[in-house]
Amino acid sequence: MSAAIEFRAVSVAAPQGRLLLENISFSVDSGSMTVLLGRSGSGKTTLLRTVNRMVVPTQGEVLVDGTPNSGADLIPLRRGIGYVIQETGLFPHFTVERNVGIVLEAEGHPRARRIERSHDLLAAVGLDPAVYALRRPHQLSGGQRQRVGLARALAADPGVLLMDEPFGALDPLTRSDMQDMLRDLLSRFRKTVLLVTHDLNEALYLGDRVALLSEGRLVAALTPHQFLASDRPDIKTYIDAFQRGEKVARR
Amino acid sequence: MTSTFLARYGGEIATLTIEHIWLTAAAMLFSASIAVPAGIWLTRAPRWASPILGIANVLQTIPSLAMFGFLLPLPWLGERAARIAIVALTAYALLPILRNTYAGIRGIDPSVIEVARALGLTDTQRLFKLELPLAASFILAGLRTATVTCIGIATIAAAVGAGGLGEFIFRGVASVDNRLVLAGAVPAALLALAADGVLGMIERRLKVVAQ
Repeated sequence: MSAAIEFRAVSVAAPQGRLLLENISFSVDSGSMTVLLGRSGSGKTTLLRTVNRMVVPTQGEVLVDGTPNSGADLIPLRRGIGYVIQETGLFPHFTVERNVGIVLEAEGHPRARRIERSHDLLAAVGLDPAVYALRRPHQLSGGQRQRVGLARALAADPGVLLMDEPFGALDPLTRSDMQDMLRDLLSRFRKTVLLVTHDLNEALYLGDRVALLSEGRLVAALTPHQFLASDRPDIKTYIDAFQRGEKVARR
Repeated sequence: MTSTFLARYGGEIATLTIEHIWLTAAAMLFSASIAVPAGIWLTRAPRWASPILGIANVLQTIPSLAMFGFLLPLPWLGERAARIAIVALTAYALLPILRNTYAGIRGIDPSVIEVARALGLTDTQRLFKLELPLAASFILAGLRTATVTCIGIATIAAAVGAGGLGEFIFRGVASVDNRLVLAGAVPAALLALAADGVLGMIERRLKVVAQ
């Protein structure tokens, strides 16, 4: 399989000189999902944002579909990469259907086509367009808003999808529903996904590979199975932190 | 007695009211066409925000009578009193419009702007599809403050012969005739209330759309 995203010795320094990311190299196979795992401040969001050049590496380069993204025009590069964040960033004055179709609108597609596409995608993320298309974001629940955000990210049919803590603000049950919806969706539309989370369960459930970051460095990028079986101390610490409650309760 | 007063001055009140509206409206138009783009620019170059807002602030502290006086000797302006009035009123209106444009755009939920950039909206698209619509009620609130203030200040413009409802007020003061003062002050106050009401209504409309 070819790599859809490849990080080559990527380093990012803060303006004051502190390194946020240090010499990160790994690649994400086309059509697979890699989950970036790590505690707050480990650099996972920064790494994600180098892919669509919201953050520019101070050293190294990021290749998207085999070409360095530094050479590409920023606007087409970004339109070709879906982007979903925890806060959703839905445009509050737009209807749901217009939110979903915004990239197509930016590209100048006719309204009828935008609406058709937007309704298809709403249905794909489990929102009945007849009910939700004309609502505004503030009339939706948190989970519904995330669904709209995901539909919007898919509208221009990007090959790559970046998701930054997409389900981070949702309760565990809604979160599970969303994870199932995402898995189901990705089995139908082939996308290369980079997803940031600090939730181990989410990483193991969704990822084809789990990349653990710690203080700006890549600890390891393993399959979920290898990850759980690993005896590396920093991986074990992370796993133990998630199993504490269960361990205590079983005693 | 009121009816004879109105019969005598009614026509003049109407003319001066129209003049007053014209002066204020022209100044608002100029001021908005300077302050809105300048406010947008400040959101792109925020390090200029505090010096520029500072200048606009200082402009506003100049006593209005003094401002009209300063402008009087200037070559092109001094020829026509209305020009002086419009330039002075434009200067007074800058601050509220500038400040609200800047604050309105800066106050937009950062995640909205983040996603707009990340999804590849151009700067122009971001401005016209997101920032201006979302800041519209703010910008209009600035315009409303400016308009109400300037309707008041415009009465002073009569001191340099620019006309408007201040004519009555100055004449009334000079001849110690309160009826004349009121003939200027009451329509000016009504104008300010009307402008406040109408612009406030539009502002609330825009806010509902932006929610």
